[in-house]
Amino acid sequence: MPLPRRGVLTGWGSFPIAESDIYRPEKIAELAAVVTSNSTSVIARGAGRAYGDAALNGGNRVVDMQRLSRMLAFDSESGLLRCEAGVTIGEIIDVFLRRGFFPPVVPGTQFVTLGGSVAADVHGKSHHRDSSLGNHVTSIDLMLASGEVRRCSREENSDLFWATVGGMGLTGTILEVELRLRRVESAWFDGEISMAANIDEAIETFERTERQYGYSVAWIDCAGTRGSLGRSIVNLGNVASRQSLPPPLRQEPFKVPPRMHPTVPFNLPSFALSSLGIKTFNTAYYAMHRAGPKLFDYQTFFFPLDAIRKWNRIYGTRGFLQYQCVWPLSESRAGLIETLEAIARWGGGSFLTVLKKFGPQDGMLSFPMPGYTLALDFPITRELMEFLDRLDEMVVKRGGRVYLAKDARLRPEVFRAMYPKAGRWLEIKRGVDPENRFSSNLARRIGLPGGE
Amino acid sequence: MQRLLILGATSPIARSLAMRFATEGASLFLAARDLAEVERLASDITVRTGARAVSGVFDAAEFYFHATFFEKAVAELGGLDGMIVCFGTLGDETAAQVDPEKALAILNQNFTGAVSLITLAARHLEQQKSGFIIAIGSVAGERGRPKNYVYGSAKAALATFLQGLRGRMARAGVHVMTVKLGTVDTRMTWGRESPLTVAPEAAADSIYGAWKRGAEVVFVPWFWQPIMGIIKLIPESIFRRVNI
Ligand SMILES: Cc1cc2nc3c(=O)[nH]c(=O)nc-3n(C[C@H](O)[C@H](O)[C@H](O)COP(=O)(O)OP(=O)(O)OC[C@H]3O[C@@H](n4cnc5c(N)ncnc54)[C@H](O)[C@@H]3O)c2cc1C
Ligand SMILES: NC(=O)c1ccc[n+]([C@@H]2O[C@H](COP(=O)([O-])OP(=O)(O)OC[C@H]3O[C@@H](n4cnc5c(N)ncnc54)[C@H](OP(=O)(O)O)[C@@H]3O)[C@@H](O)[C@H]2O)c1
Repeated sequence: MPLPRRGVLTGWGSFPIAESDIYRPEKIAELAAVVTSNSTSVIARGAGRAYGDAALNGGNRVVDMQRLSRMLAFDSESGLLRCEAGVTIGEIIDVFLRRGFFPPVVPGTQFVTLGGSVAADVHGKSHHRDSSLGNHVTSIDLMLASGEVRRCSREENSDLFWATVGGMGLTGTILEVELRLRRVESAWFDGEISMAANIDEAIETFERTERQYGYSVAWIDCAGTRGSLGRSIVNLGNVASRQSLPPPLRQEPFKVPPRMHPTVPFNLPSFALSSLGIKTFNTAYYAMHRAGPKLFDYQTFFFPLDAIRKWNRIYGTRGFLQYQCVWPLSESRAGLIETLEAIARWGGGSFLTVLKKFGPQDGMLSFPMPGYTLALDFPITRELMEFLDRLDEMVVKRGGRVYLAKDARLRPEVFRAMYPKAGRWLEIKRGVDPENRFSSNLARRIGLPGGE
Repeated sequence: MQRLLILGATSPIARSLAMRFATEGASLFLAARDLAEVERLASDITVRTGARAVSGVFDAAEFYFHATFFEKAVAELGGLDGMIVCFGTLGDETAAQVDPEKALAILNQNFTGAVSLITLAARHLEQQKSGFIIAIGSVAGERGRPKNYVYGSAKAALATFLQGLRGRMARAGVHVMTVKLGTVDTRMTWGRESPLTVAPEAAADSIYGAWKRGAEVVFVPWFWQPIMGIIKLIPESIFRRVNI
């Protein structure tokens, strides 16, 4: 049995923090020894990019999966790739983009593991067309509490498959994932920037371009109020075909300009994120952009924040919270207006505010549903928790929900109201993990499994 | 195209080194005790680089098996251009300090096993008058310390063995490189990180770079050379009291 390291961990938002025995197996047998050892509960951790407490297990055990990162098989006919859970999205891009393949769905950072991405069933900018990552996963090898490795797919153990996709690591530890990569002709995105003067124009842009563009996302200037409430910059694009590239790029269509990687060297002092600072930044950012056609390289298009390593440090040591919610389509417009107005009235301000449209979705605990989703981030203040509780109420009332991978404060009764399939999920959880060996700070906080 | 035998392939340092050579088009024979793991690593290299990678098993302490193992590896590779010795264990030093059997096991895993396999490779490469051997030693071999002198002495012996071998092999045009490794973030050091610990990928990059420029002895990372230079100068009577 490998030895643990006692250490303090946090999610990407630096809040909360938890001390655990951390294991980092480099072999499958070492992982099995940790999972089956008859001691405290255990949770898998990938790259720690979930914002809150999903990959924390205070006073218990955490298994760092990053060293189990071997690619096991690839079929260039079908695009099917099988690899261990610790492989990152960035590694897949590095290896396969030059061969003309790209991950079918990517979140806003490439520094996430495949295991973490399946466990959170991540979505990208193409959810309206492609759904979430789980939709492209063909099979999962899951290590159960007993140490048994069970293969699950749509055909085989399908209940366990749909409980594990989006299951936040609580059904078992994902060892291997097989997914279908997408064929692409270049590393570029052919698209446009569209300026929306307010939320109605933003929604109208999404609806109008939904068939034309596979990828879309809007960045909202949270300084906009009244008639300009929800004014935003909408980025739209499709993978560029080789023929459509300007001649100099056509020769090497998978080559993109190298990126500089400045690192935020230390935690910034807290005054850097005063509400005045946030509004000034937002107004200036909005003013910098012009509408028109644009060719983006994939890094700028998908991972703008990855350009700055450790950018979470701009929030200082007190950390920050992400709040991402979604409303059913029919409630989306009203929900968006209500929320943006509440933020404007509250005055705290969100540094980065992102709007996307979701399409169809499977999975028992997966976050997306057809409708609009808004992601907000706030430096932590005393008033913030109470404010977010109020947002929760507004979201529940409209039948929406909050994303667990970004959450650090949702309450159990609110969680249950937001995730109607949690009951079904719990039945499956009890079947494979009757002693509740897989647990996390998130699980205990939202009452999974509840004590009924 | 290089044909390489990598021993101790399940070490993350070996994994990164193997990837570097495979990216340059080498074909590889990977070996350690744990076949299932070696096979995963071989698949990984093939999927990522397209290079040919096959796997096998050996145990450093099972000397009688080494010749057959070595011949099989060379036959599978269709020849041999280089061997990388990356196996080694800290073992249970505390137990080894009072139990001769445990002490000898550490010596076998770090020194005698390496001598046996390196001798086989050296004979082969000397006859063909080309090729290289890279062996991973440790800065722990630079000075005996109460904390890890059994392991340290094995690495010191390995360094001396390689030094002599290097002189002899130079006449045949065979390159022998000793790596004096500082602390690297592997299972060996998990839970004992220090500010001087580096990632296995970084260590492998330095080792690869040193091999490319034909280095004979290299400290990885480089700063261990001055550090050990000073540590070796401290007189015994004082060294005993400072307890490093
Ligand atoms: C800048 C940034 C942008 C982001 N953008 C998006 C986005 O656009 N869309 C989106 O959906 N998400 C987004 N996220 C969130 C992120 O994609 C998810 O939180 C993802 O789960 C992180 O993966 P990870 O490897 O870091 O996992 P961790 O954060 O380490 O863990 C997340 C969850 O996965 C579980 N887990 C990890 N590995 C395994 C395993 N092997 N087996 C079982 N369970 C496991 C953990 O237990 C935990 O519950 C973003 C995050 C950041 C920091
Ligand atoms: N990490 C450090 O800080 C550090 C510092 C200085 C020197 N080093 C040296 O670097 C090398 C690699 O170590 P590491 O840190 O990467 O540790 P590691 O991950 O534990 O790797 C050790 C390797 O040695 C193999 N091995 C151990 N005993 C063996 C035996 N009896 N027969 C055959 N193979 C055996 C292991 O293979 P299996 O167990 O799979 O068979 C594994 O491949 C070692 O020589 C070590 O002494 C490491």
